Amino acid sequence: MLKILASRLRQGHRTNAFPEEVPPMPDRFRGLPELPGEPCPGGCRACVDACPTEAIGEGPRITLDLGRCLFCTACTDACPEHTLRFTDEFRLATRAREDLLAAPGEAYRVAGALEAKALALFGRSLKLRVVSAGGCNGCEVDVNVLGTIGWDLGRFGIQVVASPRHADAVLICGPVTRNMELALAKTLAATPDPKLVIAVGACAISGGPYRDQEEQLCGAVGAGIPVDLFIPGCPPHPLTILDGLLRLLDRVK
Amino acid sequence: MTSAPISNGTAIPLSEVPALPFPDFQEFIVEACGDDHRLVALFAGQDLEGFAVLASGAGPVLRVVRTTIPAAGFPSITPRCPEAHLFEREIAEQRGLKIFGHPWFKPVRYHRALGTPRDAWDRTAPIQPGVAPFYRVEGRQVHEVGVGPVHAGVIEPGHFRFQCSGETVFNLEIALGYQHRGIERTLAGGPHRSTLKHMETASGDTTIGHLWAHCLAMEGLLDLEVPLRANLIRAVALELERLANHTGDLGAIAGDVGFLPTMSYCGRLRGDWLNMTAALCGSRLGRDLLKPGGVRFDVDAARVEDLRGRLEATAADTLNAVDLIWHTPSVLARLEGTGRVIPAQAKNIGLVGPAGRACGLDRDVRRAHPFGPFQEAAIPGVNEDMGDVAARARVRAQEIQSSVEFLRWALDVLRALPPGPIEVQAPRALPPDHLALGMTEGWRGEVVHLAVTDGDGRFSRYKIVDPSFHNWTGLALALRGEEISDFPLCNKSFNLSYCGFDL
Ligand code: SF4
Ligand code: SF4
Repeated sequence: MLKILASRLRQGHRTNAFPEEVPPMPDRFRGLPELPGEPCPGGCRACVDACPTEAIGEGPRITLDLGRCLFCTACTDACPEHTLRFTDEFRLATRAREDLLAAPGEAYRVAGALEAKALALFGRSLKLRVVSAGGCNGCEVDVNVLGTIGWDLGRFGIQVVASPRHADAVLICGPVTRNMELALAKTLAATPDPKLVIAVGACAISGGPYRDQEEQLCGAVGAGIPVDLFIPGCPPHPLTILDGLLRLLDRVK
Repeated sequence: MTSAPISNGTAIPLSEVPALPFPDFQEFIVEACGDDHRLVALFAGQDLEGFAVLASGAGPVLRVVRTTIPAAGFPSITPRCPEAHLFEREIAEQRGLKIFGHPWFKPVRYHRALGTPRDAWDRTAPIQPGVAPFYRVEGRQVHEVGVGPVHAGVIEPGHFRFQCSGETVFNLEIALGYQHRGIERTLAGGPHRSTLKHMETASGDTTIGHLWAHCLAMEGLLDLEVPLRANLIRAVALELERLANHTGDLGAIAGDVGFLPTMSYCGRLRGDWLNMTAALCGSRLGRDLLKPGGVRFDVDAARVEDLRGRLEATAADTLNAVDLIWHTPSVLARLEGTGRVIPAQAKNIGLVGPAGRACGLDRDVRRAHPFGPFQEAAIPGVNEDMGDVAARARVRAQEIQSSVEFLRWALDVLRALPPGPIEVQAPRALPPDHLALGMTEGWRGEVVHLAVTDGDGRFSRYKIVDPSFHNWTGLALALRGEEISDFPLCNKSFNLSYCGFDL
């Protein structure tokens, strides 16, 4: 018992102060991309060819679909001009699929809050049912960590629950494999209306690294499920996930 | 000469791999496993070319043989060599072959055969995962409990079917395949642009373990000498991956017996270990750090200093949090004797990793088939033999110690190393008609990658064996005679990968 108390003193209070303070991010973290404003010289498309997920749009100017991006930097490595780079901006969640398209010179449309009626329902308490639908368990790792004392998701009234009957929202990870299609449909059907759907990770938004596989449906979007919040990344940083959830609930601006 | 020798991280021409008549191939496996060998991989290619890779306790060199598998199906060796049971089912499912006399002949991942209309179970209707007869215990007192695929919490999908009398579990059968996304199917014809990502996400919590195994296979094929610097950085990342997950697992085990101090501290500390990986490459899971030929991010002197400081602080807190378990009798009482796998059974089914080491099986790729810096820095063996939850916890605790010691050593070597290249250029073309082997000791155990190239230097077959492939059967055995309410605890003590199994 004394050992437990001594250990309690030693381990201290370690919940980070987000959203009041932003915890330090690793210097090599890759967030919102910064794209060249000018067309690339000589019709260069090195980044387009390097990308494993066809996330980079071919126009006269470069656009980047964060719903497909794995933040792998194959593109920035390939870019001979070093005009393409990733910033440390972690606020990446959006409310609409098309808002995930980053374009040069345009402000990124990060997620806004729920409409007043939904906010009245869910703003102070949001219960999540998590369905892992064919991903790599990476997104699950970074969703899970929000439940630890380092993040303490419960302080915002957000909690993972053990039954869809108790849930306000279904949080989906993974590209939705054909082998999970039925289980996901049943979970959605068992979650009472009105409900929200949150897509976490490139897989759940677009199929991620598996988007060409016939064994999957290209995420919640590909499976035709209406999504209320898109959280990009492979996996998204826990801060990106938490920021997205809090934006939805109008807890950060 | 009935088999060819192959070492970890090397490739050999296919012509050097003896092609045995199928019955001799099977006898070779049975005899070797009855001797001091174990089955590392057994798999079939598109054209029914079969391969077996075996390891022995005697030395680092493995043995490989091949054959042509009869399209009409074949008699099972599982009754004589139980560790082949899932490999045989996998061959049946992937190639649409019938296997006769297999004691439990069911699909593995629930998909159609690859590139052939044949089906081992003559199914014509669309395939649904988990839809096949489950093992049943009959009797008036017996009841059946089904759990999953969707679970309470943030957990991957799988279906668990228990046969119980009251609280007591007679049998647990585990049906997987829900995460199946066709990784091995796609790799044939590769490498592709998506290949490195598929390797990193074969089991995303083992990003380094899997990608390093792939790199070893590729570097074997291309005959590349990876700079020491790069190998040290890889090894640092691999041990950080182990530390994060072992710490998380010990916290989860504590949580499942309601011991909140260790659970809470370890939950946070796991994040601290992940953040150290993020300091290496920006990703908490070590994404995009490795590539064939080297690494993509250097670790300079300032970063070594930073990591060295964080290592000591995080290690001290972790050991302090874990230590509470051994000093709390009410926690130990719940762990000891629970979820036992008998060592003889563990050997029979081919358990690997910490679960195997908890049963006295000294299997660790870093020791047995060393790769990279593990060729110089010996990792101490850890062997418990009770095979219960407590033993699996103790193995993890000891490995936390040895990983910390390894990191101290590796970071010191890195600090003393003059700046230099972190990669060698990898040529594009792979040699034709070769077989390459890459193995690492991921935090769950042995990660095996086998690449076979065709006449054009493309993969004709690429086989991945995640440690979970062997170890899920261990969890099923651990539940026999246990109370069903101890399932979460037993499950956490294994903490296996669904996606790594399902591929
Ligand atoms: S960082 Fe994103 S856009 Fe760039 S190559 Fe990788 S996936 Fe494509
Ligand atoms: S988005 Fe990336 S991390 Fe998340 S499940 Fe898919 S592959 Fe894994």
